[in-house]
Amino acid sequence: MIYLSLFITFFEIGLFGFGGEYGMLSLIQTETVINHHWLSSAEFTNMVAVGQMTPGPIGINSATYCGYVAVHHEGYNELMAVLGSATATFALILPSFILMILICKMFMKYMNTPTVQSVFTGLRPAIVGLLAAATLLLCNEENFSSPSKNPWQFWINIALFTASFIGIKYLKIKPVRMICCAAFAGLILLY
Amino acid sequence: MDKFYWDSFKTFFKIGAFTLSGGHAMIPILESEVVEKKKWMEKDQFLDLLTISQSCPGVFAINISIFIGYKLKKTRGALCTAIGAALPAFLVFLLVAMFFRKFMDVSWVAAMFNGIRPAVVALIAIPTFNLAKSANINLVNCWIPIASALLIWAMGMNPIYIIIAAGIGGYLYGKFLNPTEE
Repeated sequence: MIYLSLFITFFEIGLFGFGGEYGMLSLIQTETVINHHWLSSAEFTNMVAVGQMTPGPIGINSATYCGYVAVHHEGYNELMAVLGSATATFALILPSFILMILICKMFMKYMNTPTVQSVFTGLRPAIVGLLAAATLLLCNEENFSSPSKNPWQFWINIALFTASFIGIKYLKIKPVRMICCAAFAGLILLY
Repeated sequence: MDKFYWDSFKTFFKIGAFTLSGGHAMIPILESEVVEKKKWMEKDQFLDLLTISQSCPGVFAINISIFIGYKLKKTRGALCTAIGAALPAFLVFLLVAMFFRKFMDVSWVAAMFNGIRPAVVALIAIPTFNLAKSANINLVNCWIPIASALLIWAMGMNPIYIIIAAGIGGYLYGKFLNPTEE
């Protein structure tokens, strides 16, 4: 039952998605690409790119997209696929909803206690590891091609990766602009 | 129906629709709407809610919307703000999934995305370093991110288990090994 599986997956992602946008992306990647095969690694990366250029949080974007694609791959029609989108998005928001209201109702005063803070002391370094793993998992043939299969594309991609890294981190170029530049380079060099 | 519900839905829809990629770019816009224009809450209270929603799991923009909605009009208020904030991203990506996805196979679009993907990998690599700085990774605790990354990447472990283990580990550490903080 695809809807149930979508619901459980995105509920889990919403419940354990610590570490902001990118921490959550790490969970979304392992669940949708590796565990469930709803998306290919290249499709996931494309989705993140489009998500960067469109309004709204990328977590919601991914849930909507995965819900649609997962149901569509099962062979259902478009309307059922839209329902899949709604299911996944609802499931992603539900834990936030429950948690925020619980915190407002009773846990507000506990948020700054040493116990809660020590939980976060453990979580923070682990989330750095999660992000590192997300990056490593993306460094694959689907995103970079390979030196044996298509050396031209491989080295161009390595150059684009390096340029984007330096551009965004050190030269403070806006990610959206960097993605547009990379798209242009792709069109010129890889078409 | 109370005018407030429609008003809050509209405000959060607007914030959801006009802030690119959600994240932290929306904070100043949200603050000016909620604190200055609508005067729904004081700045201090807004900053408190902001801090808590950042440390909670889930989509940050949705967390803060639910929080503000609930503070103002309980569960119904939270529903209005949450749906308002999530709807633009949902609608846009529904269109992406329905129509844009078909263009991905067109050869020149595929070429563009071949160029885009390495840039996106860089985009995801950068917050790793930024977060490592703000999480105070040093020689004593650097084994935690390294071990977590290797378990996920090389051993194929589910990150959810890492998060649970890290949370419990942090709790136990604070309770038994480093109780001076208490």
